[in-house]
Amino acid sequence: MKKHNLQRNEKFTRLVLLLFAFSAVAILAVITIFIFAEGTPIMFRHGVKKFLFGLDWYPTEESYGLLPMITGSLMVTLGALILGVPFGLACAIFLTEFSSKRLRRVIKPVIELLAGIPSVVYGFMGVVILVPFIRETLGGPGLSVLAASIILGIMILPTVISISIDSLLAVPCAYRDGSIAMGATRWQTVRMVMLPAARSGIIASIILGMGRAIGETMAVIMIAGNAISIPRSILAPVRTLTSNIALEMGYASGEHREALFATGVILFIIIMILNTLANITSARRARKK
Amino acid sequence: MAKMICLPRFAIQALSWFLLTLAVLSFAACLKRGAQKELIVAGSTSIQPFADRWAEIYMTKYPGRIVNVQGGGSSSGIQAARSGAADIGTSSRELKPEEKDLTEIVVARDGLAVIVHPSNPVSDLTISQVRQIFAGEQRSWKDFGGRNRAITVVTREEGSGTRGAFQELVMGKVRITKGAIVEDSNGTVREIVAGDPDSIGYISLGLVNSAVKALNLDGVMPTDANILENRYRLVRPFLFVTKGPAGSEAKEFIDFVLSREGQDLIRKEGLIPVQ
Repeated sequence: MKKHNLQRNEKFTRLVLLLFAFSAVAILAVITIFIFAEGTPIMFRHGVKKFLFGLDWYPTEESYGLLPMITGSLMVTLGALILGVPFGLACAIFLTEFSSKRLRRVIKPVIELLAGIPSVVYGFMGVVILVPFIRETLGGPGLSVLAASIILGIMILPTVISISIDSLLAVPCAYRDGSIAMGATRWQTVRMVMLPAARSGIIASIILGMGRAIGETMAVIMIAGNAISIPRSILAPVRTLTSNIALEMGYASGEHREALFATGVILFIIIMILNTLANITSARRARKK
Repeated sequence: MAKMICLPRFAIQALSWFLLTLAVLSFAACLKRGAQKELIVAGSTSIQPFADRWAEIYMTKYPGRIVNVQGGGSSSGIQAARSGAADIGTSSRELKPEEKDLTEIVVARDGLAVIVHPSNPVSDLTISQVRQIFAGEQRSWKDFGGRNRAITVVTREEGSGTRGAFQELVMGKVRITKGAIVEDSNGTVREIVAGDPDSIGYISLGLVNSAVKALNLDGVMPTDANILENRYRLVRPFLFVTKGPAGSEAKEFIDFVLSREGQDLIRKEGLIPVQ
């Protein structure tokens, strides 16, 4: 009798937990369906090509070209990677190969704290310090591709550093010891043994950082200037897909609102591609082990 | 026995939380249905802060009345008045011809100020010069007697009532340049202009402060007196819109807004009264 009861309870618990687990999946499904249902009709009505390659975004005049925002998102993301990845990688290499374990125990958590700072704070710092600095030293309005790239570059550091550190530490000790034993210097060891061995993990860290950069909204709205033209230089203002949605959401109605959902669809697709890439590279890493 | 209870404790806890939330929600829903009908005022986000002030004073003056002020933008406010989702829709732009079937009441006027950095030597422009600057045709302050520096144009986002009014009053059919910096509130436009010596923007006149300089347009200073005498041209109405004549509750609120007390309230907040 008792045993029977226990079993029944076990089953019941399992069912309830299953329900909760599936609710997360259901939420994702609902969001996806909703975005696509709201966003795709207008794309087909006006032509997908016009959305992807149109240069004019005048939603109140029924002109919905998203190319400036697509290039904007890609530009600031690329800029963030150019600035953030070398820094992050250098930091990860130093902490795993050249520093003591004790130093790493102090510095790594501190870097991870960076990830906990709300993006609006980054944006505020950008507006107050970085934007005037760029305006006074390099010219232009200050609100620019460069400002957004620098701030996003800092924002992706924790992701790049901590995942790179983990993948460098996951390389078997024998590799490093063997290389050193054969007379290679530390740097030669890093360059020719450690980095190639940890390659897929490092690539995954870069792709995850990229996902963070392309999805960031608040900080970018505050410092990128949000102009709807394709920037001619890195000192010109730029608008990203995410800021396009957040900026105009408040007032949009009718087709304008649908066009913002279409912006969301394109963003969704770009991020799905990035996530899939990340999954493939980390799956390859897992198989290697 | 104890063991038996132990196993699904987490599940039971989670379930009871879920049920509790449901119970609270349905209770709240019941309460709301039981309460007396509230007056819904929805629309322009430019009017929202002022409507909030009116509602606040109105509700303390007449206890038991409930006025619920919502944003959403001028267009959706007009839409809400038509569909009956709001008793009063608010709009910070003139009604379009196809919207004229609704009843409109001007409750206040708001000036639009064209602002620059206080250090900018230019303090006078004609409206057509402003149009050229915002269209991106004139790119240097030098052409207007200022420094030899590129002009940074700052505008509001597409769909904003302030942008709509500026487009209508200054730009006409001409488009604002694509290279313009876009900010999503009066406050951030003012912040950018206050920080950048070469920038130009436009905000609600009531929000101009010492951090920025409001330009004279066509030689007319943007002051309340000049607006009242119709000399300053960049003025937009703040409208209350109802479908047909206002119902009794809506009418009482509108009467309060138009009363001396209601109008004094917005004068203090920087708007121009209509009475």
